[in-house]
Amino acid sequence: MLELKEGQRHPITMTLDGQEVRGLTEPRMLLSDFLRQELGRPEVHVGCEHGVCGVCTVLIDGKPARSCLTFAVQAAGRRVDTIRSLADKDGKLNDLQSAFRRHHALQCGYCTPGILLSAEAFLRENARPSEQEVREMLSGHICRCTGYVGMVDAILETAQQRASAGTP
Amino acid sequence: MAASPSLTAKPMPEQRWLGRPVERVEDATLLTGSGYFTDDLPVRAGTLHAAILRSPHAHAEILSIDTSKAAARPGVVVVLTGSDIKADTDPFIIVLRQPMDQWSLATDRVRFVGEAVAVVVAENRYLAEDAVDDIRVEYRKLPAVIDPLRAIEKDAPLVHPKVGSNVPSERHFTYGDPDRRFSEVDQVVSLTVNYPRNSQTPLEGYVVVADYQPGEGVYDVLCNFQGPFTVHPVMSKALRCQGAQLRIRTPAYSGGGFGVKQAIFPYVVLMCVASRRTRRPVKWVEDRFEHLAAAIAAPNRIIHAQAAVKKDGTVTALRFEQIDDYGAYLRPPMPGPLYRQHGIMTGAYGVKDMSITNKLVMTNKTPSGMVRGFGGPQIYYAIERLMQRVAVELGLDPLDVIRKNLIPAGSFPYRAPAGALIDSGDYQTGTALAERDGGLAELRRKRDEARAAGRLYGIGFAAVVEPAQSNMGYLSTIVPVEERRKAGPKGGNVAYATVHVDCLGTVSVTADSLPQGQGHATILSQIVAEQLGLDPHDIRCNMERDTQRDPWSIATGNYSSRFSSSTAVAAQMAAIKIRRKLSEIASQTLNVPAEQVAFGNGKIFAKDNPDNSIRFSRVAGTAHWSPGELPTGMAPGISETASYSAPELEPPNDADQINTSLTYGFVFDYCGVEVDRDTGAVRIDKYVTMHDAGRILNPLIAEGQIYGSFGWGVGCALLEEFVYSPDGSFLSGTFADYLCPTSCEVPRPVILHMECPSPFTPLGAKGLAEGNVMSTPVCIANAVADALGARDVKLPLTPSRVKALMGETERPPRAARPVSSLKAPKAGAKATAGSGTLTVPVAPEVVWRALFDPTILKRTIPGCHNLDLVAPNSYRADVSLGVGIIKGRFAARVALSDLDPPRAATLSGGLEGALGITVGSARVRLAPQGAGTLIEYEYNAEISGKAAAVGGRMLDGATKVLINQFFQRLIAEMTGGAAPAGEGKQSWWRRLLNALGLGT
Ligand code: FES
Ligand code: FES
Repeated sequence: MLELKEGQRHPITMTLDGQEVRGLTEPRMLLSDFLRQELGRPEVHVGCEHGVCGVCTVLIDGKPARSCLTFAVQAAGRRVDTIRSLADKDGKLNDLQSAFRRHHALQCGYCTPGILLSAEAFLRENARPSEQEVREMLSGHICRCTGYVGMVDAILETAQQRASAGTP
Repeated sequence: MAASPSLTAKPMPEQRWLGRPVERVEDATLLTGSGYFTDDLPVRAGTLHAAILRSPHAHAEILSIDTSKAAARPGVVVVLTGSDIKADTDPFIIVLRQPMDQWSLATDRVRFVGEAVAVVVAENRYLAEDAVDDIRVEYRKLPAVIDPLRAIEKDAPLVHPKVGSNVPSERHFTYGDPDRRFSEVDQVVSLTVNYPRNSQTPLEGYVVVADYQPGEGVYDVLCNFQGPFTVHPVMSKALRCQGAQLRIRTPAYSGGGFGVKQAIFPYVVLMCVASRRTRRPVKWVEDRFEHLAAAIAAPNRIIHAQAAVKKDGTVTALRFEQIDDYGAYLRPPMPGPLYRQHGIMTGAYGVKDMSITNKLVMTNKTPSGMVRGFGGPQIYYAIERLMQRVAVELGLDPLDVIRKNLIPAGSFPYRAPAGALIDSGDYQTGTALAERDGGLAELRRKRDEARAAGRLYGIGFAAVVEPAQSNMGYLSTIVPVEERRKAGPKGGNVAYATVHVDCLGTVSVTADSLPQGQGHATILSQIVAEQLGLDPHDIRCNMERDTQRDPWSIATGNYSSRFSSSTAVAAQMAAIKIRRKLSEIASQTLNVPAEQVAFGNGKIFAKDNPDNSIRFSRVAGTAHWSPGELPTGMAPGISETASYSAPELEPPNDADQINTSLTYGFVFDYCGVEVDRDTGAVRIDKYVTMHDAGRILNPLIAEGQIYGSFGWGVGCALLEEFVYSPDGSFLSGTFADYLCPTSCEVPRPVILHMECPSPFTPLGAKGLAEGNVMSTPVCIANAVADALGARDVKLPLTPSRVKALMGETERPPRAARPVSSLKAPKAGAKATAGSGTLTVPVAPEVVWRALFDPTILKRTIPGCHNLDLVAPNSYRADVSLGVGIIKGRFAARVALSDLDPPRAATLSGGLEGALGITVGSARVRLAPQGAGTLIEYEYNAEISGKAAAVGGRMLDGATKVLINQFFQRLIAEMTGGAAPAGEGKQSWWRRLLNALGLGT
């Protein structure tokens, strides 16, 4: 068990997008800051740092979590996935990302990584969601640009395609 | 599934790309998280980080600031206050000649909650924020004025005493003979509306990195500024440097702007000073509380509107008196929202006679600034509510009243009385199209059925003329003709774009539009690809801007939906120049005249004989490698910059007429809403929005802009408002208090289009990104008015407001309970109050002694670091406390009075810290109960500053937690027991639940 002291930096490890990483963190450091500043992962954005907007969402052990409400030490020893886990390593978009592009589901793109991660986790649990279910899932996120229509369509279409291809 | 046209379609020779739903070239980058925003970009080694101390008061004199403790903390490099800023910079230039000086930090007074008072620069952000808590500021509170109607009264407290009034500008305009029309008509319909204060609050806040380079005295600034660069000279003059010594660099990606990111400029200046003082780069990243409390808001506006109406519903004249609230300071380009619409104040209607009175009012609120819609939502709220009232009062159908008054088809370009030159349109066809294709008849049937079933259902309409590309001279309408003559004419809107072709034939584009998600790179790619016969996805656009390397003008930037009628035109012009040049080079090889040369499929060929062709890259290479082979007289290289400004954007004339914008689109909306009788919730059942934005350059992006502005329009209608208590405390400091619409509140609107191309812009395109923020709020309000038969409908239409409209005023959810023996908190402040009892197993005398023992108090007061007796029964303490998501250190004063040993005492005092100020009192009574004591307490407190803004909803609970902690520890002290089990290890929520009796 990690003994935490205020003001001291502690080494922690986690599995980040499939790779084991190490970093030093003070007990009070947020996971969002740790990922951005200590591990050089600026694709984890922050929008409110008080748990409302969902911009900072990552997956911890496969479940969506607000990295601004999580201390880095809480993620020690766990699996953390960011937007980098979606596209393949050459940057080829996965089906959900492509659907986002087709449906113009993003404008500034600031909210997008968090929304894609929530949507991926959601689709794993709900292979055939209704529009209302998709909207309820999305309501954990704020997007100021799009009015949400493109995202709803992109997620529904991806669910349908995955279901018909038998790849939930 | 239709695949992307750009990926599959084989471009035929002379492929048209404009008008097609080309997928965005920006998306692959953003979807993989590799679009880097300003905070993500690398900074020089040694970069310092800034945190800002902000005012907890709406209005106060700064008596002293003690930064010594903060400056002495490890990692802190410098702490700057107003006196440093006053020494190093000049006040910001403002639009009016009025003594309303402002700097990037408050100097002698603070004028709104959140105003920057001091900045700490430290090795990292965490250390800088720690040090902010150690700055001690002594304030003398002054009366604040929040309500603009109060502010205009003669005896109101003055926000800027040197001005001598809270109305630094008032102008009256008359067009035609409105008084005569009003005296002639059958009826005058009047309405007063009060549009709320709100903002589209981009998810990425402000970010500034300033790096002073002493060699040339250059400030190199990276920031997510969005323009217009009219504030570049404002910043360089404040910094007392040449324009060229202030280098502004903006990133390729910005996390939303909506106008708001114009107002980053005071922070640019502040960080420039910090960098110059420390000789190191300084970075500042705004947090959400800072953004909501202190960035800017769209001005709230009160409009008294009147229409002179004939019996048949014809409106012959309009009168507007506008009282626009600019908050504490007039930051350039304020008061833009009051004048940007000026030329088009008659809206979509052919009214010829009108009078306008514009009053600009200062209050102790956050300064107003640029927000999407820019004055449009406010004025259309008045115009379209008024048209609805005309219909109601005359017993006519609202749509008939709108139709009767629309500018007649065939009269375009149409000169509106206040000067707008409406380029094109056919409003009758537009409304008819919406009625037919949107299913209005069906909607009316639905309303009838719902009403027959006793439900509250209403239909609303709104017709809006959507201006785009602001005339840079519109604001000079605020000064009288004589003053304007002296200053010289102002007008136009200059745009730049550059197209460059490299030696391998790759085309790149740079342009001056500073996008924040609008897909400008995609549209520029389409424009250039179309001219040069390439695929849009082969064009590389770099949307960064750098004032030291790129051409720029005061108009540079992303605002007033300017892109498609300005920057896009400049890009088309630059692409045509490239095309001409390549045609001439190719004509030598193809042996055909340059006019006979065509472009397509990556080739340049003879129009009549496509087989006679040469590769595009080959021709480009010639310009680079073989300048000697170029046609005689042709300049070498292949890079062209074009600039453009539309001649129609003339300065205001001597009759105060101004063509405020270059293009004017038409938006016609209607919707059906149902109001829940029990909850007052408004449900948007159907929403139809018809747009004529001239020629659509990319339908995918166009619809995205409409969906987005509609989404914010719904927020404005139902949820969003910056709330201040009457004493000026700011109550909307988190996204849990300032509610943004989510996917459950924003329905899918039906979008319809028609295209009347603009004759004034080479691409025929108008703006379309702001129309729905003007039309949607009032359209929904009209529907709710129709559902309830209400007249005075105020946004946002929250359930409690709607219930009040229905005649059932709800009890405010958190009314402070009256506490008998204590002074009631001052009206208007954020208050918390409560009472409770508990028993302890020791006698009253023991409890009494403990309450007067500083060492016991020090151990039992939650978060107490030290406690000193400063006078008999009077203590000073240093405590750390948290409310909700925020925690901070406070200086506490507590005095015990009204002593009745060992039966009762009153504790009064206050807490003061970076997070805010609390004053309050509590009466404690002790009564023997068996061998123990029954302790009864009641308290009340008022809270201001950040704690009120962000912790408001949690205040009552948090206070109970603290009191409970205090007594538990006191009991432990007195009974010799340990501190309550789990203290310090329990989560905040666990403790709260325990305190509320909900714990397990
Ligand atoms: S940044 Fe984490 S929820 Fe907003
Ligand atoms: S795309 Fe900008 S916030 Fe969602």
